[in-house]
Amino acid sequence: MKWLGAAALAVLLALPAVLSSYAVTVFIFIFFYAFLGQAWNIVGGYAGQLSAGHAAFVGVGAYAAALLSAQVGLTPWIGMLVGGVLAAALGTVVGYLGFRFGLRGFYFVLLTVAFAEVCRIVALNTDAVGGALGYYITFTGNPRQFQFQDNRVYYYVALGLMLVATAVVAAIERRRFGAYLIAIREDESACEALGVNTFRYKMLAMVVSSFLTGVGGTFYAFYLFSLQPNAVFGIPLSVEIVIRPIVGGAGTVLGPILGSFILSPLAEASRVYFGQGGWSGVHLIAYGILLIAVVLFLPQGAYPALRRLWARPAAR
Amino acid sequence: MTPLLEVSGLSRRFGGLQAVRELSLSMARDEVLGLIGPNGAGKTTAFNLLSGFLAPDHGQIRFDGRSIVGLSPHAICHLGLCRTFQIVRPFPRLSVLDNVRVGALSRRPRMEDARHRAREVIEQVGLGGKMDHPAGGLTLAERKRLELARALATEPRLLLLDEVMAGLNPTEIEAIVALVKRINASGVAILLIEHNMRAVMSLSHRIAVLNFGEKIVEGEPTAVANHPRVIEAYLGEEYVHAPSR
Repeated sequence: MKWLGAAALAVLLALPAVLSSYAVTVFIFIFFYAFLGQAWNIVGGYAGQLSAGHAAFVGVGAYAAALLSAQVGLTPWIGMLVGGVLAAALGTVVGYLGFRFGLRGFYFVLLTVAFAEVCRIVALNTDAVGGALGYYITFTGNPRQFQFQDNRVYYYVALGLMLVATAVVAAIERRRFGAYLIAIREDESACEALGVNTFRYKMLAMVVSSFLTGVGGTFYAFYLFSLQPNAVFGIPLSVEIVIRPIVGGAGTVLGPILGSFILSPLAEASRVYFGQGGWSGVHLIAYGILLIAVVLFLPQGAYPALRRLWARPAAR
Repeated sequence: MTPLLEVSGLSRRFGGLQAVRELSLSMARDEVLGLIGPNGAGKTTAFNLLSGFLAPDHGQIRFDGRSIVGLSPHAICHLGLCRTFQIVRPFPRLSVLDNVRVGALSRRPRMEDARHRAREVIEQVGLGGKMDHPAGGLTLAERKRLELARALATEPRLLLLDEVMAGLNPTEIEAIVALVKRINASGVAILLIEHNMRAVMSLSHRIAVLNFGEKIVEGEPTAVANHPRVIEAYLGEEYVHAPSR
């Protein structure tokens, strides 16, 4: 397993040398959505608290870094941490309301969606951040402003984000924190009886998850150069974040990455083929069908299924 | 020496139903106290109150001299009072070892130590052969043992056992009775709810009987079993004066 990971990493590091600029872009989205999925995985996959409003954290991080850069001149390299902290603050509020008052299942889903929608509407109606027109970042190509002439630099930054988040998740899984999150997902009352402070660990998971997601907001802002409230706070982005780890295997270290390698190219392909002539959005139908298929046939996601396939011949 | 558990005036109402009324109990550090009573007598509610899953309307609970009313279940567990559930609640997709490790982690935060401790406890309850099996695939008897093992792994001083023998066959019950005796002999006080009379009689030092939320009798097992009010509660008034066999 270790050499396999090292080999995959070597390939990914070498890949930009031979890829077309377009293919590099596809990989950037694979990595970036894998990163967001990995961040969601902590609270959604491991702790089993299905946040369907993670776009809120992307948006807060994105606007924070962009505004700090434009208004105060703060480099987004630091702004991304500020964005992460602000997103974590929002995550704390959402988590506190949800966990203190025992909202479970659909009620927690609704709470998280509601918060993201509030953020979207506030951004739409706040002229200082561009309102409905959106907020635009001037391209300078200055690396200190998180801007790069060469698309391949974004490739490595996105790859780095994905690897950092994956390392964080792997570290959590090896520790008591991870063991508790998994147990909380399985049965909260049993956890309480066994001495687990479920509120504290769910909050911690939410804070770490929203912080990482907020950090991702900076990448979003300075890769796309435009922030539209409907896009960056919208339900579709939240769905994009949730669906990759679920398809790949929620609550596993490699699930979100696998899910992103499956879904991001699919989304891109359907955008290319259906993007013109009023067919845009067809990829959402494909998502729906895929999600139904996964829930029916691979309820734990693709990665656990792959592992079973892998383990079976070896066991014989 | 102060009693390990001291309960006084404990009450809890659900709407029009007084589930537990003015319950008082006292337990010594090495005692096994049986809590019996007909269905709906308030036994499980009493457990939920003692373990912090429900807040009492009023009343006092002292564990090791300190009031635990208002503490959350996990805090009560850390003080050394751990309960099992009548309907066992294993983490079904986790292995037996990982299940028990969750309990062990409350005393040993390092994963390696907790795993080591979990293995010991699993051997102790006789599930050693199932260490890496997923809990969802265990038989009922095995799941009851797992429930016991998880609670034991938190290293309690008082263990609340809610019907750990329900649904088991006589051989399995005998094995659990022996196991509970060993646990008690290792210095753990045990409060148990049980419907299997033979098991309660042979395990308990004392027995308390609940009926309609109230403690009606408390005492030595044989005295309790022959007490008219107990017979009345279980069988009805007409049996009280019936000639004994």
